[in-house]
Amino acid sequence: MAEYKGILVCGELADGKLASITTELLGCGRKLADESKEDLSCLLASDAVAGASKEAIAFGADKVHAVEHPALKEYQADSYMQVVEKVARDSAPRVILIGQTAMGRDMAPRLAFRLGTSLTTDCLDLRIDLTTKRLMQTRPVYGGNAQAVFTSESMPQMVTVRAKTMSPLERDPSRKGEVKPTKIDIDMSKVRTRILETVKEQAVGIKLEDAPVIVSGGRGMGGPQPFQTILKELADLLHGAVGASRPPADNGWVSEHLHIGLTGKIVAPDVYIAVAISGASQHTAGCSGSKHIIAINKDPEANIFREAEFGVVGKYEEVLPAFIGKLKELLAG
Amino acid sequence: MPVNMIVCCKQVPDPEAPPSVFKVVDNKMTLPPEVKPVIGQYEEFALEAALKIKDTAGGKITALSLGNNFVRDVIKKALAVGADELILLEDKAFEDGDSWATANALAAAIKKIGTYDIIFCGRQSSDWDAGQVGLGIAELLGIPAVTLARKVEVGGGKAKVERVIPDGYQVTEVTLPAVIVVTSGIGALRYATLKGIMAAAKKQPLVWKPADIGLEPSKLGAAGRRTRLDKLFQPIKESKCEIIAGETVAEAGAKLAVRLREAKLL
Repeated sequence: MAEYKGILVCGELADGKLASITTELLGCGRKLADESKEDLSCLLASDAVAGASKEAIAFGADKVHAVEHPALKEYQADSYMQVVEKVARDSAPRVILIGQTAMGRDMAPRLAFRLGTSLTTDCLDLRIDLTTKRLMQTRPVYGGNAQAVFTSESMPQMVTVRAKTMSPLERDPSRKGEVKPTKIDIDMSKVRTRILETVKEQAVGIKLEDAPVIVSGGRGMGGPQPFQTILKELADLLHGAVGASRPPADNGWVSEHLHIGLTGKIVAPDVYIAVAISGASQHTAGCSGSKHIIAINKDPEANIFREAEFGVVGKYEEVLPAFIGKLKELLAG
Repeated sequence: MPVNMIVCCKQVPDPEAPPSVFKVVDNKMTLPPEVKPVIGQYEEFALEAALKIKDTAGGKITALSLGNNFVRDVIKKALAVGADELILLEDKAFEDGDSWATANALAAAIKKIGTYDIIFCGRQSSDWDAGQVGLGIAELLGIPAVTLARKVEVGGGKAKVERVIPDGYQVTEVTLPAVIVVTSGIGALRYATLKGIMAAAKKQPLVWKPADIGLEPSKLGAAGRRTRLDKLFQPIKESKCEIIAGETVAEAGAKLAVRLREAKLL
């Protein structure tokens, strides 16, 4: 059996630059590498990765596997897998860190099964057990109603990590590291999928992830209408964005891109106003990082009141008009 | 062209049960008897994806599930809504597997079924939420996979799949056979018709044991795991919510605005 050594981060680019999730993984990977006195390497594979490679060093990598190929510009599993499988086999790392992102969700399980090893997805916390040297992998289970700690029974130990759970290092452009351009031939005859079209469905107004205030509606809104009227009115008043829990997205009341939760977006605004949301763990997994949560719900027992800092018990149809009216008055004065 | 489809379904405790009933005791999730088992929500979407294709192109749907002690009325919902056949991998040996053990057993069963154009899976189970089994099956069978599908059309030995990406979608063409992993945008599972329920009542699922799919017990369930569950726990949350009250609900709403302004939140 080969000796497994070092930590490998599977990096991502966003608009040609090093993605924030990758800086977070490098921050986490640096800590794990220092604790075990091993190297931290980072794989970057796209059409052009020179700039991002230097950034990866500045954010903590000792070595970057820089793979450039025109077929890698847009992530497509069958081409990308050829690269990541080769780098993972050649470098035989002890730990592989991948982002729980659109790419990571699609790529990590494939890689784990190809390497014949295990994978723990959506980790919130990672630490090395000092006696066994194993990576303790903590992730939510049962829709966020519990958490589980897993360890791998096989090598490499693979995990995907949720965005915004790990801290990046301070960027240090003077850090030294090696960028290793790696040439990999991609066999296009093995690519069994073809991307015909990529369409952006960007909502108008402020992006959910960037909004300082989010006004979110749940199943209790009863239909699509209030999302376009009263919730939007409140969001506009506060220069925020409208979001939703899973039922409105599943029912087609709002676009699925507004869905906040375990299987939707993870947000962390200053103020999160949850309207007619019961607060299933599935949902709170996506908004519990908010600085202040405010809940409006007619059920005093609703779980959302356990998460909230301020709350009103009542029907949103009665609470919101008065709340908005008073708020307009206060903001004008 | 009639399409041969396999839909992987999992029986799970109702994930819509209130959070307060989920209790971890001795590293195991224990739920009160009023929490009924259901087919996982994402597998319901996978079933609906298959039914939509059957509606238009025609074909056969085989529902496939792995576990032990299935509640027949729950898992037979797949037949009631329109699946043609139900195969249960049902044995104590299948219990407590991880993604690896589960995908391995399902892939062995799919090989035994033999003919398939599309294998539909949900994006993640509603209990362990790992999101690996569909992709694992594809790797073990050596066929392509497309994830997060919200629309699927079939024609000419290929499927055209609309897959959800951050803030948009991608139209991807994949050669068949393939695994297609489905997300919620596909639409809710249709209701069973009375005729469907009556037909399902008469059908018996096919039950396969480990030997039927040619797998050693050492590769199944808990024995076949590649991850170890070291601990299951529930982080303690303390509620410190300030409830704003008023003479009327509307007054409470107005007072909330004042309070939030005071606290300089808005």
